[in-house]
Parts: sequence; C-alpha cells; structure tokens
Amino acid sequence: MSIYLDIEKRLGDFCLKVSLEAGNEVVSLLGASGCGKSMTLKCIAGIEKPDRGRIVVNDTVLFDSEKRINLPSQKRRAGLMFQNYALFPNMTVWQNIYTGTNRYRDKKIRQEKTREILERFDLTELKERLPSRISGGQQQRTALARILVSEPELLMLDEPFSALDSHLRFRMEQETRKIIREFGKTVLVVSHDRDEVFRLSDRIAVMNNGKVDVYGDRTAVFADPGTRNACMLTGCKNISPIRKLDEHRVLATDWGLVLETGKEVGDASYVGIRHHDANGESPENRFLCDVVSVTENPFSYTVMLRHADHPEAGAFGWELDKAAWQSVQSDRVEIQIPKKAIMLLKQ
Amino acid sequence: MDLYPLWNSLRIAGISTVIIFFVGIFAAYYIAKIPRVIKGILDVILTMPLVLPPTVVGYLLLRVLGPKHTIGAWFLETFGIRLTMTWWSAVFATTVVIFPLMYRTARGAFESFDETLAYSGKTIGLSGPFIFWRIRIPYCKQGLIAGTVLAFARALGEYGATSMIAGYTPGRTATISTTVYQLWRTDNDALALKWVLVNLAISFVVLLAVNMVEKKERKRAG
Repeated sequence: MSIYLDIEKRLGDFCLKVSLEAGNEVVSLLGASGCGKSMTLKCIAGIEKPDRGRIVVNDTVLFDSEKRINLPSQKRRAGLMFQNYALFPNMTVWQNIYTGTNRYRDKKIRQEKTREILERFDLTELKERLPSRISGGQQQRTALARILVSEPELLMLDEPFSALDSHLRFRMEQETRKIIREFGKTVLVVSHDRDEVFRLSDRIAVMNNGKVDVYGDRTAVFADPGTRNACMLTGCKNISPIRKLDEHRVLATDWGLVLETGKEVGDASYVGIRHHDANGESPENRFLCDVVSVTENPFSYTVMLRHADHPEAGAFGWELDKAAWQSVQSDRVEIQIPKKAIMLLKQ
Repeated sequence: MDLYPLWNSLRIAGISTVIIFFVGIFAAYYIAKIPRVIKGILDVILTMPLVLPPTVVGYLLLRVLGPKHTIGAWFLETFGIRLTMTWWSAVFATTVVIFPLMYRTARGAFESFDETLAYSGKTIGLSGPFIFWRIRIPYCKQGLIAGTVLAFARALGEYGATSMIAGYTPGRTATISTTVYQLWRTDNDALALKWVLVNLAISFVVLLAVNMVEKKERKRAG
C-alpha cells in the first residue's frame, strides 16, 4: 500500500472519520461541498491535525496519534495543489518553481531542475512573468510544476479545474491526466464533478458527511453506487424510496411503479434509475406512461413521465437523443426498464 | 533659525518608527494566533495608547521611568543613567503612542493574507522564516508601508507625552512641537509661524506618501 489513512477529527458538530488505502493509482474523493474531502487532504498534508489516527505514505509514518508522531508539512513530501493554485504573487514563474527545489542546497542543481521542469511543462517562455500576468491554465501548470519539482511521494489535487473557464477545463484535464499518469505514485483528487472524476481516476471514494460511503473501482461505483448519496453524486436524478414486495420485487413509492430487480433486494430502502435507462426491449418492467413535460437540452430531450395508472404519483425523468424523441413524440409512451438498470440503494 | 528641533524631531520619530516597525509586525503576527479571549483583552490593552490623552501616557511613563520609580530608579542606581529629561527619553513616549497605529495596520494587512500561500509553501518544503519574510511580508507590503509612514508622521507630531518625559530644553530636548508651544508662550510669533510651516510641509509630504501607497494597493487589488 502506498498510502494508508485512518483518521478522526471533530470540528464542532461535524465529525470527519476517514479510512482509506490506495496503491500507485489515481483515487478520487467525490462528495458534495462540506463533506470533508478537502479537510482530508489538509490532514494528510499536515496543515490540519487529526484528533486521532494514523497516516502512512510509502512506509513513512506521517502521523500517529498513539506514538505521538506528527511530521511537519515540510517533511511529509505530500504535494498539495490548492483550488486557487496558491502561486506566490510577488515571484515570477521561474522563482515560484525554483522555491520548490529547496530540498537541494547546491544552486547549480536547483537551477538545472527548474530549467528542466520549465521545459517539460512548456513554461520556459513565461519564466519572467508574474502569476497575475499568465492565464488560468498556465497558472495551473506552474503550480503543478512547482509541486512536482519538490519531488513529492504523493500528489493531491483539490478541485483542480474549478477555477478554470469551461473551454480551458477540458484541455487542462487532458494535460493533467497525462501528468498524473507519468507521476506513477499515489494521486488523490478531490472533486464534486462526476464526469471529471470518472475520466481521471482508477478508483473512487464517495464521501458523505465526513465519512467514506462507498469505495471501489470507478466503473463499479458508477454501475452500482450502493447508497442513496453515492447514487446522487454519480449523477442519478431518479431516486425513490421503496417498499419491498419480495426478494426480487419492489414498489417505488414516489412513482407508483412495481419493479422487478435483478439483484436481491436485501435491506435496500431506495431505488435509482439513470435518466437514459428506460428504453430496453425485455418483457419485464414495461409501463405505459403519460408525458408530463418535455425539456429540450442542447443535444437531447429530457422527458418527464408518470405511470398512466397512477395520476397522483410523482414523475421521473427519461433522457433520449433528439432523433430518438422526435420519432416517438407522443402524449403517452411505453417504456421498459432493464433489470440491470435498477440500482438498489441503502440510506 | 536654529534647526536643532527639526533634527531632534526627525531622529526621535525615526528611531521610534524603526523600533515599532518590528515590534508592531511581530505583535500583529503572533497575537493573531493566540486563543480568542486572551487576544481580545491584549488587543484592547495594545490599542489603548491610541485613545488615551498623551498626558495620561506621559504620566504613566513617568510613574515607571521616573528617577524615583521602579525601572527609572534601578537604572539610575545600576548604570547612573537618568531615563527622563534627555533627548532620547522622548523615544519612550513616541514609541508607546505610535505602537497601536503600526500594530493595527499590520494586523489588517496580515488578516488579508491568503493563508493557502503559506500552506502550499510548507508542503513544498519551505521553512517558516522563508515563508514569513519572502512571501507573507511582501504580500502585505503596501499595508505595512502605509502603517509605518503613518506611525512616523504621528511620532513627528507627538507633544503631550514627550513634553512630560523629556521636557523642553533648547538645544537638548526641544522638538518641533515643544518649540512651537514655547515660542508662542513667549510671544515669539514670527518664529513660531516658521516652525508651524515646517511642520505643515512635513505632514503634507508624509500624508501624500501614504495616499500614493494606498492608491497603488487599490490598483493591485482591483
């Protein structure tokens, strides 16, 4: 294991209690704002001190409350890139990156390291500029270069793209993905953007109210989020409480739909269905629905449906591309929800 | 016109400003870090000289530094030095009076500091002193300069506490402000006016400097 983390920290009513292990891979912490994901990174970096627990990175104990070990940030070699990049405003791009080489005493080596990374990050031409005189994307590159030149054992990115305009975002994401792959050690990314998280990471830890709710392979987490919160964070908008009828049948009480499930219901108390999962071909889970409303998106339609037999029930959403809806277009449609599209969720 | 008062005023103000530059910055930096209740109390005590009448400050200083009182007596006994009625006695008075000006502006400047800069500095291995002198101070530079200039200007104009602790001896402890009072009292109106004009000129230049610094600050922020 490259990183082992098991910490607790109280902050007023809020209680952070995170356990996590990861190898040389990219792990994302996905969660709503205030769930404790940034605080977790700060605890690892030594900016915040946990009340209790243990943090180990590559066999170095950074923090251990029982053995009273609490390495200062300077000795942790845990690189943390802040949301605003935290470049020193009074220093040029060169000086900013040069400060990251302070591990070395020899000036020549420091200059050489700075030169190399400037070249690698395509920043050589900007080296005399102040951070306020370069673009958001260039600022991010400078911040990453400054961290990597300090030779960290672990790289942490806190909402890396949230300060960028949307057109820059995608390009920087591609660049960053390449950089963190080359880094080859553990990378922790904090984000609330499910698409970004899916594209960047190997594994995803979904956080809720200070705890890791679900932790697993990225595809597994999206296919079967397991909890209501994780399901919402992975972008599912159709979630309803259920009443269990038998091990493979539930009543989704919000929508008045009796659904056949693939998996055993167990102690699940909610069900989630993704917006695009309502056009299967199988015989089960077929429902005649009234169209409540149609909303046009740039490249698709969102159609709100209600079970035709239950006019008092709530509506659920169905998303389909423009051509598909234009060929259907009616006040009443028959849908089919595949068994494997039904996600059983715990509270 | 004997220029001794001008020279004396400038050196008293200069010395106390240098002292207060460091003391004010360190007080502002460390007091920001201590628990809230103690901070509140300390803050009130340290700001007090700003609102107290200078004569009260002078009185209190004499109670401590006067030749018949604790520290003053001890100095006189041990080193044979009188802490009052010399030109540098006035430094005690101006230092105490201008301290809150520096302390409060420095605190305001430090409070506007983006703490993530210090955090990210630490995580890439930078030492505390490096972060303080090369990142925090430059970041807060404009505010600190404004505070220093303001403190200097106030020190130059100090009268009440200075006249009590250093008195008025022409050619020895006379400052611009005590000279103006003395000349006016002795009906030497023409000379008093000259000193008044000197003082006005200095204050004008100093306040102009403060405004220019603050303008630059706004430009940078906006």
